Amino acid sequence: MHWSINTPLVIVLLLNLFMLSVSRMRSLIYSAAAQGVILSALPLLLEKRIDSMIIIVALVTAAIKGLLIPQMLHKALRDAQIKREVEPLIGFLPTMLLGALGTAVSITFAAYLPMTQTGSSTLIIPASFSTVLTGFLLLTTRYKAITQVIGYLILENGIYIFGMLLLAAVPFLVELGILLDLFVGIFVVSIILNHINEAFSSLDTRQLTALKE
Amino acid sequence: MFLAILIFIPVLAAVAAAAITSNVLRPWIMPIAASLHFAVMLTVLDLNPAPIWGGWVGLDPPGKLVLLLTSTLFLICSIYTVGYLRYRTERSNRVLIPCLLIFLAGATLVTCSQQLGLMWIAVETTALSTAPMIYFNRTPRSIEATWKYLLLSSVGIALALLGSFFLVYASLGNDPHPTLLFSHLVRHAGMANAVWLKIAFVFLLVGYGTKMGLAPMHTWKPDAYGEAPGVVGALLAGGLTSCAFLAILRVDRVCIAGGLQAYTSHLFIAMGLLSMAVAAVFMLGQKDIKRMLAYSSVEQMGILALGAGIGGPALYGALLQMINNGLTKGMLFLSAGNIHRSYGSKSTDDVHGAMRRLPLSGTIFMLGFLAITGSPPFGPFVSVFTILNAAFSRHFFFIGAIFLLLLLIVFIGMGRTVLIVVLGRPLPRKHRNNVYRDGLLTGLPLILSFLLVLMLGVHIPPFLTHMLHQAQKFMEVRP
Repeated sequence: MHWSINTPLVIVLLLNLFMLSVSRMRSLIYSAAAQGVILSALPLLLEKRIDSMIIIVALVTAAIKGLLIPQMLHKALRDAQIKREVEPLIGFLPTMLLGALGTAVSITFAAYLPMTQTGSSTLIIPASFSTVLTGFLLLTTRYKAITQVIGYLILENGIYIFGMLLLAAVPFLVELGILLDLFVGIFVVSIILNHINEAFSSLDTRQLTALKE
Repeated sequence: MFLAILIFIPVLAAVAAAAITSNVLRPWIMPIAASLHFAVMLTVLDLNPAPIWGGWVGLDPPGKLVLLLTSTLFLICSIYTVGYLRYRTERSNRVLIPCLLIFLAGATLVTCSQQLGLMWIAVETTALSTAPMIYFNRTPRSIEATWKYLLLSSVGIALALLGSFFLVYASLGNDPHPTLLFSHLVRHAGMANAVWLKIAFVFLLVGYGTKMGLAPMHTWKPDAYGEAPGVVGALLAGGLTSCAFLAILRVDRVCIAGGLQAYTSHLFIAMGLLSMAVAAVFMLGQKDIKRMLAYSSVEQMGILALGAGIGGPALYGALLQMINNGLTKGMLFLSAGNIHRSYGSKSTDDVHGAMRRLPLSGTIFMLGFLAITGSPPFGPFVSVFTILNAAFSRHFFFIGAIFLLLLLIVFIGMGRTVLIVVLGRPLPRKHRNNVYRDGLLTGLPLILSFLLVLMLGVHIPPFLTHMLHQAQKFMEVRP
C-alpha cells in the first residue's frame, strides 16, 4: 500500500529540486505541470472506496494543473516576448542546496511530529512541507512575475499533498479548498499577467518599484 | 431565513448592478442595497435567529459585532460612492460596483460562518472581490499595488487553508466523527493533539493576519490603500480587517479550549507590539496621506492583537476598538479621498491648507486624526484606555509601558503629516477644470461617521455594551 503512495511522492520531491535548478522557463512550466498531474492522481491511490466525485475532482484538477494553467503561462510567455530564462535573485545552485536542505529538515521535523492513522508511514507530511518550502523559495528568489506565479502554484501543491491526509475524514473541505485555490491561481495568472505586461511591456517585477518607502 | 436574506441582498444587487447599462444610474444601487442590508441586519440582531443550513450559518456574539460594524460602514460608504463616482464619469464603474457588493456579501458570510471551511471561502471571497477595486484607476501604480496585493493575499489565504488542514488533522486521531463546525471543534479541542494545534494556530494567525495587515505581513497595505479610491480604503481598513480579526478570534477560541491560552496570548502580544512598532517607524515623515492612513491601520490592528493577547477586559477594549477603528477609518479615508480629489495629489508636498479650501473635509480629516490616535472625547480614547487599564491591572507593566510609548510616537508622526495637510495656505490651483467641492453626497457620510465616533466616545449605547460583554464572555471558554 505505502509504496504506491511514496513512489509518486518521491518523484514530486525530485521535481521540487529540479524546479529550483532549471534556468529555462519552459522546463519550469513543464515540471510544474507534471507535478500537478502526478498529484491529481493521489486521491485515487489513497482512497479505498472510489466514487464518481473523487474521479471527477481528480480529472478536473489534472486538466487545470496539467493543461489549462501551463497553456496560459506559455501564452503569457509568448505575448510578453521576454527572455526565456528564469533570472534568479539568488543563483540556481544555492537555491537548489537550500531546497535540498529544506527537504532534509522537513523529513527530520516530520519524524518528530505526532502522527495519526495514514500519516505515520508515508512520505505525505515531509513531501507536503518540502513542496511548500520550494514554492516559497521560488516566490521569493525569482524576479519574473511568471516564476512567482509558478512558485504560488507549487505552494498550493504542497497544501494539496497535506489535504490527502484529511480526504477520508472531511472530503468536502479538501475538494472545495483545492478547487477554490486553483481558481485563485487562474485568476492571478490570467488577469494580472496581461495587465502588467500591457502597462510595463515586461513581466519583470523589478519594474514594479514605484511603490516603496 | 433572515440570515439567508442578509447574504443574498448584496448578491442580487451585484447581479442587478452588472446588468444596468447606465454608468450614472448604477451607483444608486449601492445605497439602496446598503439600506436594505442595514435594515435586515438590525432585524437579525433583534430577533437573534437560529443557525441555518445545518448549523453552518449562524451568528455568534463576536460575529454580531463585526456584522453591525460592516453593515453600518458600508451604508456610510455607499452614499459616498454615489457622490465620488460623479467625479469619475470618465471611467466605467461596471466592475467596481458589483465588486463592492460582492465584498459586502462575502463580509456578511464571514460574520455568520460557523464552519471552518465556509469561513475560509468567505474570507477568500472578500479578498478576491477587492482586487479589481484596487485596480480601478488603471494606472501603472495601481497595477503594481494590485499585483502585490494579490500575490501576498493569495499566499496568506493559502497558508490559512494549510492552517485549517492542520487544525482538522489535530483533532483527527481522537474524534470518531470529525466535523468542521466551530462548536464541535471547541467541544473536542481538549482531546486534540496540542502540537498540531499549535502549528495550526501559527499558520492561521499568519494567514488571516495577512488579511488583517499585521506586521510583517502588512506590506501590501500601504500600496493597496494608497492606490485604491478612498471609499475602497475605508472598506478595507474598516471591514476586511475586522472580518480577518474575527476569523482569528474564532480559531483562537478553539485553541483556548484546547488549553493553549498562554501560547496564543504570547503570539498575539508579540505580533501586536511588532505591528505597532513597524507602523510607528514608517509613519514618521510619511508624505503620502493615504499611505500614512495605511500605516495607521497597521497600528490599529496591532492594538487589536495586543488587546486579544492580554485578554479579559482588554479583549472587551479590543472589540470596542475594532468598532471605533472601523468608523474612524471611514472618516479619515473618505475625507482623504475628497482632499485627494480637490488637490489632484495626496503628497504633503502639494497639499496644504485643506481646512481653507475644503472646510468640511479638512476639519473631519483633522478630527479623524485626533480620534484615531486616542484623544478624548472620541470613541477610540475609551477603548484604548480600557486596553491600557487592563494591561496594568493584569500586571503586564512592561507591555503597557511600550504600548503607551508607541501610541505617543504614532501621535507625533501622524500629527506632523496631518497638520501640514490641514493648516497653512493652499497653493494656487494648477488645473482650472479641477472643480471638486464638498457636496451633500460626499459630505454627509463624513458627518455621519464623525457623529458615530463622537457618540461612542461620550456614551456607548446599552445594546452595544451588552453585545460587547456577550462577545467577551463567549471568548472565555474553559479548556
